[in-house]
Amino acid sequence: MDKTINQKAWFLVLPVFLVVAFSAVLPLMTVVNYSMQDTFGNNQFFWNGVGWFKELLDPSTDLGGRFLASLGRNLFFSLVILAIEVPLGIVVALSMPRQGWTVAACLVILALPLLIPWNVVGTIWQIFGRPDIGLLGYVLNAIGIDYNYVSNDIDAWVTVIVMDVWHWTSLVALLCYAGLKSIPEAYYQAAQIDGASRWAVFKAIQLPKMNRVLLIAVLLRFMDSFMIYTEPFVVTGGGPGNSTTFVSIELVKIALGQFDLGKAAALSLVYNLIILIVCWIFYTVMTNAGNERKPQEGAV
Amino acid sequence: MARIDLVDLAHSYGGNDAPQETFALKPVTMTWRQGGAYALLGPSGCGKTTLLNVISGIITPSRGKILFDDKDITPLSTQKRNIAQVFQFPVIYDTMTVGQNLAFPLKNRGVPKAEIDKRVAEIGRLLDLEPYLNRKATRLTADAKQKISLGRGLVRSDVAAVLFDEPLTVIDPELKWQLRSKLKALHRELDLTMIYVTHDQTEALTFADTVVVMHDGRVVQSGTPAELFDKPAHTFVGYFIGSPGMNILPAEVKGREARIDGHVIALNRSYDSLPAAAKIEIGVRPEFVEVVAPTPGLLTAKIERLDDLGRIRFARARLGDAKLAARAPAGFTSSDGTAGLKFDPAHIHVYADSLLVEGAA
Repeated sequence: MDKTINQKAWFLVLPVFLVVAFSAVLPLMTVVNYSMQDTFGNNQFFWNGVGWFKELLDPSTDLGGRFLASLGRNLFFSLVILAIEVPLGIVVALSMPRQGWTVAACLVILALPLLIPWNVVGTIWQIFGRPDIGLLGYVLNAIGIDYNYVSNDIDAWVTVIVMDVWHWTSLVALLCYAGLKSIPEAYYQAAQIDGASRWAVFKAIQLPKMNRVLLIAVLLRFMDSFMIYTEPFVVTGGGPGNSTTFVSIELVKIALGQFDLGKAAALSLVYNLIILIVCWIFYTVMTNAGNERKPQEGAV
Repeated sequence: MARIDLVDLAHSYGGNDAPQETFALKPVTMTWRQGGAYALLGPSGCGKTTLLNVISGIITPSRGKILFDDKDITPLSTQKRNIAQVFQFPVIYDTMTVGQNLAFPLKNRGVPKAEIDKRVAEIGRLLDLEPYLNRKATRLTADAKQKISLGRGLVRSDVAAVLFDEPLTVIDPELKWQLRSKLKALHRELDLTMIYVTHDQTEALTFADTVVVMHDGRVVQSGTPAELFDKPAHTFVGYFIGSPGMNILPAEVKGREARIDGHVIALNRSYDSLPAAAKIEIGVRPEFVEVVAPTPGLLTAKIERLDDLGRIRFARARLGDAKLAARAPAGFTSSDGTAGLKFDPAHIHVYADSLLVEGAA
């Protein structure tokens, strides 16, 4: 087949090129540019090559130590909230009513935390947890539990995790609920006839049918929690000490606190790369899970 | 293995206090023989699936009893009844292999492993699923999946009846025949009671030895395919079974004569005591009405078109307001669009308020 050559088409895609160039490519290239240089202010830059990247991956340097520590904290945080939010979301979805007016009520209540802006969530929990005037903090101390997220590492972690669970379990629950709703009634009837127990129904029908939405939920929650900034920043500010300083908080400290543009740029690029790789892994897993479902022609 | 009795069974989704006209299943009393092949036939929304779900226990009837071999099982849950059911769309446990799918009902009931393996192998062989036992069930075609659904029912040795809820809906036409003959063969081999719900009369008539016709929540007739064809107990049966369906014509009937528009049609039997207020109709299958050239003394109908079915031709005609189909003999043509109608008296039935009236000899 002959290809039609039509140079006019370039003009038609030009606006897109321009928009993407200004919104994504140029800023990214600026970051790449910064990551190769060092600055001492006054808009003076000095070439540093891959120096920052070497430092980043070397835990013995200041930059590398801080980056790897915050990365570790961030991964731990993501794993903990996934381990809590996914099973909890499934349980919530399973215990939701399937019909009647209560469905709408449940959906609205579940959607509420999702509609609150991040910094407001942070503020809510920051006040809620205060031992002097916060309802949660005051009550916990009153019943004899020594709780203070400002001074105690573990309390700070618990607060940040509980806050994230409160904020985002709904999302997992809603996704799972949608997955559950798509299961035809005949499956439950067949399971009944097959004498399946509640647990067997969950394992044989509900969990496999929720597979794909669960993957999406895990992906969304992992990405979001891996990039978390506002909520812990508002509640703990990364403290006490560095105990709740996640990668994004560390990044802002380096970029805006110390104005080390080169280090911050290198860190951003590596951070971005990690997220891209994880996204790619999830995407591959998800598309492969889809292919498996295609019926084979000529079977039987 | 069991005989199933329905005693004054009825179900209303709106509760028992709802007027009986709104019942999804109106009171029915009948017996399903052990080892019979039954078809529940009727249009969508006639209550056949409700009846099936009541028997399997998915729905608890709002009135009446179900007996399996004289034992009342109405309050028992589906798990405790020895029933297998195959649904309209294949139900497959996605994560399991074909073999595990077949073993699932036995595993749930705590059957020993050796026994499970034996049964699964046996059912796999019966359903020609042997080569696929170790494959993931999701990757198979719709008819194989439907066989697995069926297999999960058959694998239990104690199963009293297998219920089918329009199981061939999603199957390709050519495979439908194969699967249906497979079902018949299984029925002969296993001596199981099978109840098959469908709205397709060909399916019902080829599968079943007893066809139960339902209409508007009521069982209107149950009989062999020949009985349904020759002697429909209700005008609905006459109309629904047969292609084209039975002609139903309003008429005045007195003694051995039916009158339509003043024309007399002879009847074989005598009808003297018809209820006075009832709507009287005569029913005759198109196979037993012949169109001939217009003749004085014969009822005249307007021919609308001729349908050539290959082996036989049917004339579609109009008689006043009523539509009618009739056999057109070879060589029949109509010059002016009208034709005389010749009825076969032996095959004319009389209906009062849609119900068959038996005439006196």
